[in-house]
Amino acid sequence: MTLYFLCLILFCVGLYGVLRKRNLVKIIVGLGIMEYAMNLFFVLLGYRFHGRAPIEAKDQDILNMVDPLPQALVLTSIVIGLGVTALVISIALRIYEKYGTFDITKIKRLKG
Amino acid sequence: MIDNPKTGMTLIVKTITRLTVGLIMLFGIYIILHGHVSPGGGFAGGVIVALSFVHLMLAFGKDTAIARISKNMASNLESIGAMMFLFIALLGFLGGSFFLNVFAKGSPFDLFSAGTIPLSNIAIGIKVGVGLFAIFLALVVLERSK
Amino acid sequence: MNNVTIIPFFVIIPLAAAFLISLVGRLVKRSGEVIIFTSSLALLGFSVYARFLLNSQVGKIMIYKIGGWMPPFGICMVLDGLSGFMLVTVNLIAFFVAVYSLSYMEQYTDKPKFFTLFSLMVCGMNGVIITGDLFNLFVFLEIASIASYALVAFGTEAEELEASFKYAIMGSVASAFIFIGIAFLYSFTSTLNMADMGRILSYKQNAWLIPFVGVLFLMGFGLKSALVPFHAWLPDAHPSAPAPISAMLSGILIKTLGVYSLIRIFFNIIGSTHGYLTILMFLGVASMLVAVVLALSQWDLKRLLAYHSISQIGYVVLGIGLGTPLGIFGGLFHLFNHSVFKSLLFLNSGAVDYAAGTRELKETGGLGKLMPVTAKTSLIASMSIAGIPPFNGFFSKAIIIIACLQKGFFGYAICAAIGSILTLASFMKVQKFVFLGEIKEKLKNIREVPFAMVFSMVCLALICVFGGLMLMPSLRFFLDDAVTVILKGTSYAGIVLEAASRQ
Repeated sequence: MTLYFLCLILFCVGLYGVLRKRNLVKIIVGLGIMEYAMNLFFVLLGYRFHGRAPIEAKDQDILNMVDPLPQALVLTSIVIGLGVTALVISIALRIYEKYGTFDITKIKRLKG
Repeated sequence: MIDNPKTGMTLIVKTITRLTVGLIMLFGIYIILHGHVSPGGGFAGGVIVALSFVHLMLAFGKDTAIARISKNMASNLESIGAMMFLFIALLGFLGGSFFLNVFAKGSPFDLFSAGTIPLSNIAIGIKVGVGLFAIFLALVVLERSK
Repeated sequence: MNNVTIIPFFVIIPLAAAFLISLVGRLVKRSGEVIIFTSSLALLGFSVYARFLLNSQVGKIMIYKIGGWMPPFGICMVLDGLSGFMLVTVNLIAFFVAVYSLSYMEQYTDKPKFFTLFSLMVCGMNGVIITGDLFNLFVFLEIASIASYALVAFGTEAEELEASFKYAIMGSVASAFIFIGIAFLYSFTSTLNMADMGRILSYKQNAWLIPFVGVLFLMGFGLKSALVPFHAWLPDAHPSAPAPISAMLSGILIKTLGVYSLIRIFFNIIGSTHGYLTILMFLGVASMLVAVVLALSQWDLKRLLAYHSISQIGYVVLGIGLGTPLGIFGGLFHLFNHSVFKSLLFLNSGAVDYAAGTRELKETGGLGKLMPVTAKTSLIASMSIAGIPPFNGFFSKAIIIIACLQKGFFGYAICAAIGSILTLASFMKVQKFVFLGEIKEKLKNIREVPFAMVFSMVCLALICVFGGLMLMPSLRFFLDDAVTVILKGTSYAGIVLEAASRQ
């Protein structure tokens, strides 16, 4: 139970990074921490007591495995996170070229 | 791979890279092909294949890596990988339903078993590997506009 | 081939078109345009055909099981009244915007890449509408969102990149909240199928889980649909995109990713309670008033239209939050009407931008004589959005206000009427500054825009004019079936599972 709370605290740490940091790269790092925390939370939901890894091999029976469905879904979610991170990093690089700074308080041409 | 002392890293790194790049790619292909028997599969194997090209680019400079896979070829290979995956999914219509597993299933834990799953793994492996390398290329070959 | 096998093609066709354009578009000239035109025409045809096919099915529902696996074990695709309604809306607007962008995108350098991203966005939206599995909805939602982040930054000017960065970060935070909500629901019900989850949630009670998950989903999907505390990305992102993409984003993306997903989860899976409906109505009225007041002070044409998008989504959410049959009917009718006239307004602003090269209201003037088609269609769309009879906007706004009065919410009805009056004022300003008045010196040589753009605008204007005919009894099945699905609430689960075992 404490493990789930620690995961959600890590999620809040990432959320703090996205909300309060002023450097573009630190915002992206905060987003990455949020993605890690939510994937970890989803995998930990599948734990069964005294379970073993859900890999099928010739000499082992199927009983006593942890839930394999969250592990497959988290694989998809990691790929999605990779795509978003790659896109946002290349946008941040081009913003540096055009504006000359990474500080979000100075990147404010759109107002009103 | 010619050693140009002005680009890339030192001589020690270049020598070790020449020895290990092939092994890294072979390991990646092994993980892709055994996706239905052991953990791994298309995405994880594809990332390792992409890392072999990135290793080449880091050690020798970007010109050597671009000589192996140019930007156009990366984009085309990526689309071909995605079309292969869609084609395998459409093959399910021959059996009656979208995405159905229509090939012979074989016996478990063999290399040639589980129907269309290894073929899907290969398609995803090609797409992810080339796609991740194309992302690195796009970030490195950024033209300075000023 | 069975009737039901048409359903996966809504996802297969745009996906195949996207990768085919990315492969062939640079090699063969004009092949990108041909592929996108045929694929969007095919999607429009299929969606209308599927909607008529639905009328003849027993129980008005069609289920497609992917891979032949039965629903709690496999993913199923569900086509019922609400999905059919949303599919026709999305594919209609996507077809007209695709035709428009055939000649608008000549100004940008990389047309095949644009059509690839456009097709991926349509694939994501169609996937969100027809899927019957909660994690599958999340995956398609991410596909459509990532394609839209890239499309907003398409021109790579400084302001477009800033807007796209802001949109991408806020959209990713919203997706993170949605994912955690899905994780909590999975841990409680141990299934991901929507129908199965609805069935289990109706007899397994828990005191704190449902409100907690409800708040998480409201934050996540509320940001995607730009309700008022979560609207700050929209006035920057929608003007910065190229004009056809602004039409797609404002017209259909915020509705499928936001409002449709909210309806599906809150009405069919979790089960709506009085508290949620009150919160939805309150957020709807807040969006209506705050956005229309902020729009009065804008001098950039597309930014003004973006604020009005937020305001009209407030009308839709108010209508749906009422919970009565008339209210939900009004909300869904306004959703369809808003897609049509807001896309038309953004396409008009794109035509003004293409011809005159500017978006500021103070620099344009007197374009009505030089661009007659654009001026007339813009007048029709402005009268629709302000709610003037006999255009379609009047009917949907009137139904929402009457439904508010029927339920006794006099304050909300007065707010809706005030919002409508302020919208009229805003669009009178647009009409005066853009199309009437004196022609400025440097704009004396502009001409009407090319044929493809004119065709899209005229067709959308005709739908605006004749949209009120959808209230006629012979055509009312289109909206009535969607309202029935929402009102049936959690018995959606029983209907889907029974149909899956039958077909």
